[in-house]
Amino acid sequence: MKLTRRHAIVMALGSAAAFTMPFRAYAAVEEDIEAFTGGVEIGTGGITLVAPEIAENGNTVPIEVDAPGAEAIMILATGNPVPAVGTFTFGALAGSQSAATRIRLAGTQDVVAIARMPDGSFVQASQEVKVTIGGCGG
Amino acid sequence: MAENVKPRVRVPRDATAGETIIIKTLISHKMESGQRKDDDGNVIPRSIINRFTCTFNGESVIDVAMEPAISTNPYFEFEVTVPESGTFEFTWYDDDGDIYTDTKEIAVS
Repeated sequence: MKLTRRHAIVMALGSAAAFTMPFRAYAAVEEDIEAFTGGVEIGTGGITLVAPEIAENGNTVPIEVDAPGAEAIMILATGNPVPAVGTFTFGALAGSQSAATRIRLAGTQDVVAIARMPDGSFVQASQEVKVTIGGCGG
Repeated sequence: MAENVKPRVRVPRDATAGETIIIKTLISHKMESGQRKDDDGNVIPRSIINRFTCTFNGESVIDVAMEPAISTNPYFEFEVTVPESGTFEFTWYDDDGDIYTDTKEIAVS
């Protein structure tokens, strides 16, 4: 096949699209983090995220977060079409700043938990979950 | 209008003052994510529970903002310190404006 100018342009556009698509999903993650932290630097330690290494069914993946003393914990699934999963805000009577739930994961990806501490600092933990069957349908 | 929504909550019947107890909640709800398509290729509109709260005698225990990535039949497990006898109130807020509630009593000795 002869490489004409038209082919070259089509190919260039195609590869540009291939590069921007994952970048867009990544941008959504950044936006969610920004909205939660307000741009404050995120540290590590003081937060535990328990998720399975391998999840056979992405429709229901059990996760657990624990961040002693935290005010709120946000969960993000970085590879989902909508990365936000949920935000737990703990009240005065919470026995511990921990919670467990079940989430959907579209495919193999990192799950991230970010906790807001009462002094305004943030800590995060992440865990990669390998998903055999994705949980987003269609 | 979501059908067959039934909250289930497990709270111990009694506790000692200041004890930390575990609460488990489950509510049957399809949690349609808004990502799926039907057989004709039309997107099935989102219909989820977007918020869950638990209070004890009016004081907040936990408040969860929920997104479509929470699984069908949302399940939550968390811990509470109970200072006195009283009532837990659990509330789920549906996208369509419905509010589902459940209450549980606990006796503290």
